[in-house]
Amino acid sequence: MADKVKPLDALLNPLSRNNPVVVQILGICSVLAVTAKLEPAIVMGISVIAVLALANVIISLIRNTIPTNIRIIVQLVVVAGLVVIVDQVLKAYAYDASKQLSVFIGLIITNCILMGRLEAFAMANKPWPSFLDGIGNGAGYAIILIIVGFFRELLGSGTLLGYQVVPQWCYDHGYVNNGLMILPPMALIVVGCIIWVQRSYNKDLQEP
Amino acid sequence: MQSLRNYLDRIKPNFQKGGRFEHLESVFDGFETFLYTPRTAAARIGAQIHDALDSKRIMIIVVLALMPCLLFGMYNTGYQNALAAGVQPDAIAFWPTFLYGLLAVLPRIIVAYAVGLGIEFAVAQMRHEEIQEGFLVTGILIPLICPIETPLWMLAVATAFSVIFVKEVFGGTGYNVFNVALVTRAFLFFAYPAQMSGDKVFVASQKIFGLGYDLPNGFTGATPLGQIATFAGDKLEVLNLQDRAISTWDAFLGLIPGSMGETSTLCVLIGAVLLLATGIASWRIIVSVVAGGLVMGAIAHALPTATYPASFLTPLDQLLYGGFAFAAVFMATDPVTAARTGTGKYVYGFIVGAVAILIRVYNNGYPEGAMLAVLLGNALAPLIDWCVVQANVSRRMARMKKRVNP
Repeated sequence: MADKVKPLDALLNPLSRNNPVVVQILGICSVLAVTAKLEPAIVMGISVIAVLALANVIISLIRNTIPTNIRIIVQLVVVAGLVVIVDQVLKAYAYDASKQLSVFIGLIITNCILMGRLEAFAMANKPWPSFLDGIGNGAGYAIILIIVGFFRELLGSGTLLGYQVVPQWCYDHGYVNNGLMILPPMALIVVGCIIWVQRSYNKDLQEP
Repeated sequence: MQSLRNYLDRIKPNFQKGGRFEHLESVFDGFETFLYTPRTAAARIGAQIHDALDSKRIMIIVVLALMPCLLFGMYNTGYQNALAAGVQPDAIAFWPTFLYGLLAVLPRIIVAYAVGLGIEFAVAQMRHEEIQEGFLVTGILIPLICPIETPLWMLAVATAFSVIFVKEVFGGTGYNVFNVALVTRAFLFFAYPAQMSGDKVFVASQKIFGLGYDLPNGFTGATPLGQIATFAGDKLEVLNLQDRAISTWDAFLGLIPGSMGETSTLCVLIGAVLLLATGIASWRIIVSVVAGGLVMGAIAHALPTATYPASFLTPLDQLLYGGFAFAAVFMATDPVTAARTGTGKYVYGFIVGAVAILIRVYNNGYPEGAMLAVLLGNALAPLIDWCVVQANVSRRMARMKKRVNP
């Protein structure tokens, strides 16, 4: 914790080598819930990036004044405030996406990635590295969300962002969308595949 | 036979380390042990820890036990096709009917084997391991438990999915948590519900090489359980494809629409006799699955309501319809995924049997529950075993304590 973290590492490490979802296995619940289509996955990813980066900066700014016993409460208040703002913005400017995401925007408050980064990083680092760390971890989360959403929408609905991708010709010749892809279990299996691919590239992440 | 053995011995060095075809070692080994019992199997003399039967020989016996179901299923496929086309039962000739069924079923077996064995060979070769033989049985189970009209590409996708994600990622044959053939079916069931249920998919509907009959577009051929699930009224009556009532005897023989290998309880029983005589299937599991089904069937039958029409069926009919008998004999007894302890087998079997009927009766969305019940049983099996072992440990501990300080 006391080690100085290089700003660039704080930004880039979470994208792959220390990815919050596929390496630390955090935030799985929302990955399963919002990735049936690509669009909500992207909106959710952006929301988490915004909340995480801002929360990291705010907590980092006031880290020396927060009494240790109530730090979790303070962190929650900050995150909750930001989530409400994001929720209102989405309702105002992206109503459809907000309806699809429904309760999951509100549940960003309980996303383990946020509490983890605030506790582990923002409480011990200056605002600028904390900001980069927030962007990096949010982006690491968003990447996984988008990959999962891409495969689930493509195979489950034959569309991407609502546009039909699988040509009508295939349907005429007996192709059928895979209904299991829409169901949450398949999201878990897709995440499993991503973990599989990532660990075959990074041998040092493999557990013996 | 000796000349084949000699030939294999002669070409064997080519496939071992340093040989010309070193990279094909697993493939060679697979074929050699397929033809001959490997020398690593225990000898047939004296007391041995390992069985003298190696697992390829076990698999072959299971395949033999499945043969009555397979052959009858082929005939029944043709028979249902002819019935649906309006041919009188007396006028259905045996050989053209059987041949039609054979032609309808054969592509499914080939696809299942080609996809599954292809993946197994590739994985074994990548890991430089022996080729595992589990797929010999799985490959024949998959066509038996799927509707005859399932498109071949779906069968291929589902087989690939379950071989990779249910078997290979867990370490191959003998390490899988769930029954591979049933996961294939479950994958099809949830991924392509329109092609896996309803009243069109269980009867072959097209001519093959001039045999059989093309059925009109509007025909319906619901399975008995499918009819029961959508039944409304007071007096339950199950009809065959020519709108005649199906008797208990018909259901026992299996001349009813359904997944190809599952309809005939008689053929399942023949297979069960072979499996029990050779000691491959556990009689404890089969008996307790049937007991579970009868108990749950009796409970449901004692409280019949029109909300759950399957509760009108007598417990005996519950055992004869659908895939219950097949699941009890061939699915629940899979030695890899079932419970291993003696008492555990009773508990496991009872849960499978009871849950199968529970789902069938009290969830109208799923006309048949045997598949889900066995998968649930698979998931519970390790827990059941753990409880049985712990109970034994604490019982012996108590006995010892009593002896030490009475």
